[in-house]
Amino acid sequence: MDPASQLPMLLGLAWLAPLVSFVAILFFGPRMGHHGKNAAWVATAAIVTSLVLSLAAFGTWLSAHPVTPVSHGAHADGHAADAHVEQGGHADHGDHGEHAEHHAARVPSAYSGDWYTLYQGGNLRLTIGWYIDALTVLMFVVVTFIATCIHVYASGYMHDELHDVTDHEVHLSDGGHLHRPGRFPRFFQALSLFCFSMLGILIAGNLAMVFIFWELVGICSWFLIGFYFERKSASTAANKAFIVNRVGDFGMLIGLMALWGALGTLHFADSTVAAADGSAVTRPGLFSLVRPAANGHALQVPDGMVAFANADEVGRIAAEHNGRPRDAADEIAARIDGWRSQGIGRWLLFIAGVGIFCGCVGKSAQFPLFVWLPDAMEGPTPVSALVHSATMVAAGVYLVGRFYPVLTPDVLLVIAIIGGITLFIAATIALVANDIKRVLAYSTVSQLGYMMLALGVGGWSAGLFHLVTHAFFKSLLFLCSGSVIHACHTNDMRKMGGLARVMPWTAGTMLVGCLAIIGAGIPFVIGLSGYYSKDAILAQALSYSQANPSWSILFYAVAGGAFLTAFYMFRLWFMTFAGTPRDHHVAEHAHESPTVMVAPLVVLSVLAIVAGWTLPGGFGIANLIEQAHPAGTDTTSTGGFLFGALTVPAEHLSHEGSVHVTATLTAFATAAAGVLLAAAMYLWRLISPTVVASMFRPIYSFLAHRWYFDELYDAIFVQPAFAVAGLASGTDRGVIDKLIDGIAWSARQLAGLDAWIDRNLVDGLVNATATATWNAGLELKKLQTGRLRQYVMFIVVGTVALFVLASMLFRAALAG
Amino acid sequence: MSLLATGLPFAAVPLVAGLLSSPVGVAHYLVVGAILFTAGVVCMALKRNALGVLMGIELVLNGANVNFVAFSSPYLRGEGAASLGLDGQIIALFVILLAAAEAAVALAITLNFYNNHATVDIDRAEDLKG
Repeated sequence: MDPASQLPMLLGLAWLAPLVSFVAILFFGPRMGHHGKNAAWVATAAIVTSLVLSLAAFGTWLSAHPVTPVSHGAHADGHAADAHVEQGGHADHGDHGEHAEHHAARVPSAYSGDWYTLYQGGNLRLTIGWYIDALTVLMFVVVTFIATCIHVYASGYMHDELHDVTDHEVHLSDGGHLHRPGRFPRFFQALSLFCFSMLGILIAGNLAMVFIFWELVGICSWFLIGFYFERKSASTAANKAFIVNRVGDFGMLIGLMALWGALGTLHFADSTVAAADGSAVTRPGLFSLVRPAANGHALQVPDGMVAFANADEVGRIAAEHNGRPRDAADEIAARIDGWRSQGIGRWLLFIAGVGIFCGCVGKSAQFPLFVWLPDAMEGPTPVSALVHSATMVAAGVYLVGRFYPVLTPDVLLVIAIIGGITLFIAATIALVANDIKRVLAYSTVSQLGYMMLALGVGGWSAGLFHLVTHAFFKSLLFLCSGSVIHACHTNDMRKMGGLARVMPWTAGTMLVGCLAIIGAGIPFVIGLSGYYSKDAILAQALSYSQANPSWSILFYAVAGGAFLTAFYMFRLWFMTFAGTPRDHHVAEHAHESPTVMVAPLVVLSVLAIVAGWTLPGGFGIANLIEQAHPAGTDTTSTGGFLFGALTVPAEHLSHEGSVHVTATLTAFATAAAGVLLAAAMYLWRLISPTVVASMFRPIYSFLAHRWYFDELYDAIFVQPAFAVAGLASGTDRGVIDKLIDGIAWSARQLAGLDAWIDRNLVDGLVNATATATWNAGLELKKLQTGRLRQYVMFIVVGTVALFVLASMLFRAALAG
Repeated sequence: MSLLATGLPFAAVPLVAGLLSSPVGVAHYLVVGAILFTAGVVCMALKRNALGVLMGIELVLNGANVNFVAFSSPYLRGEGAASLGLDGQIIALFVILLAAAEAAVALAITLNFYNNHATVDIDRAEDLKG
């Protein structure tokens, strides 16, 4: 079948399956078996469906795009013209010239299109669409596979939630512990939504859609990290993760506005839209605007951005050609190139790139926004594994990789510097952490720094390759730590030790994970997955340092980071599994985890070993990723206006002999040194860790307090925020409330006065009239004696009296 | 005695003398009517017997009738028979008629009162007192 129509269908269904599960559990979760036990099966079935569909898409992709070894010379040859496939969608990015020769029909390296147009009007076009290349397909398989493992594992790990739970970490005011019903279906509901959101980011065909699912991932992480929301620490951690991510997303919004305002599109690829007269019109996407095919896919500031940045001049020209817009447009078009050469608009492109990267800084926990990730360990361990390996943090690196063609050398240098700082800070904190999950959390931050740095120094494939291999071994490590915690009921490594005897499977698989993350292998022969990806990063960093000697610090950061990684990972393993038990109470209760939890460990450890291998014939993840290498980014490019002239060396240059050998030997030496130091301190006990800690007391304390970042942010942001909030609430309470209270008080007084007047004057008048009438009636009643003769006398006397009265008053009239 | 002491009765002497010396006119009839009226009122005010009170009422009405007829008569007013002038006589007829009807109703009430109280003393009729 035709991949252009088949791939969107398969991946689209794979994307929607978790949504179905989410909706089903949302409405029927509590009714799914006893305490919602079957919700786990629904969610797992959905994610397995996704996995199967992803694998089918993977097969479809491979049948249309056979993975071949990359011969590096061919990359510099330039690129074939764009090959468009207009079938069910839209494909662009002409394949590399070399590939085009291999296939009779030119196979596009990416497919894109839209399923549904949310809104279309003027320049604005919002769609739900897809952009599928080798990276998308590969990430779909990785994410759904790891998510499947984690679903299976979680159905065992979360069994406590199947009945009423007593949370021993929540102390109620009466001194007791919290009793609550289990929340088993709720967990799998959030997990499904999380998978749906992550897959949405992967498949998204435009930045607006990325942003939507970006935020969905954020809210899912909030649900899952705060799963034990009765615990103060968990709810705080969830809020922290959410708020810190919002800070990054603010930058992302700025980037989106810069792109939309200047270019009027957020689509990655060219899209075909129906014009007013019904004909199909191709609207260029971001990639072809920034790297036009006509220009050999070289980076240039797009026309729209140049004109947008020079709006004053454009307005002046339009005013000169008043009434002749066509002439004005012609003159502007003629002068665009001149403006571009003056550097107009390059700031806008820089801001757009850095803005999008800001979002990635938050999501991928880079300096200075990495503080949320270690606290996110408050969630259940399967969540940690999912957040830290395949979903949330991967999203940031994936977006940088996806958005890579638009990033200028200056933006790349910013990314590399941020990545370098992150990897160093996180690695040093991991050296002294004692909580097993926190060590892994900082290790994740550090490895993400690696990926960002790799992308920043031009190692597109290296960074994304590391993302994939890291997804495998980091989820393995987290699930192993979960298994340990499940057995020991504590996170503190100082209470563990000697667990290898009671938990052989966990110890073995964790050893594989540790070896993979430090990049262990026999140099130039074979190694675990980390060996390949880390070597590629080191080689690219070295290549970059050679091209830009003033930034060679980046290479030393990577090499130093490799040493630190090896040290803290083996410190963790030795403290947990080797030696003798430190706490007999813990050791006695420790036991191997059930099969449902061990099986994913074994599967993942196998993948952690083999994920980096390239089979004879060229099949391998590295070459598969290479297929998606964005057009124009695989050649050496120069540029940069902010930090002086920068050269981003082509990635294939790092595979050259001298660079490659140096990088591999450096990686091996640093890793070996780290492992040996860890062994000397924690296995053979030649050096006492406590003595070292007391020798470097200030540094140790500095690292143990995590560089005082939380305290710093507390002082800079949280306390001022509280102060402002306190001021606002003080104003509210002291001024506004008082004012309103005063008004209310005076209204009350006035009403009291009114009431007094009403009661005493108005009512008094009415009552007095009534009383007078009453009394008059009482008096007059006495006249009615009932004596007939008396009445006659009254009449007579009355008449006579009237007559006398009248005759006295009207005497004159009568006399007249 | 007291009436004589005021001297008023003596003031009436020239009035009565004037009347007796002048030819018969309206004033003579009015005097008769006034005497009838006064006798009726005094009868109503003094009699305790309900029938006596009814008789007093008849006297009052008839006194009024005399006045109507006297004022209405053209002969008495000296205008001759030039005008018919039957207004007073007709009103007098009405009054007689009404007096008959009123006497019938009043006698019925009195009879009933007697049936209930075995007396016609109007001083005992206090049932409607306020």
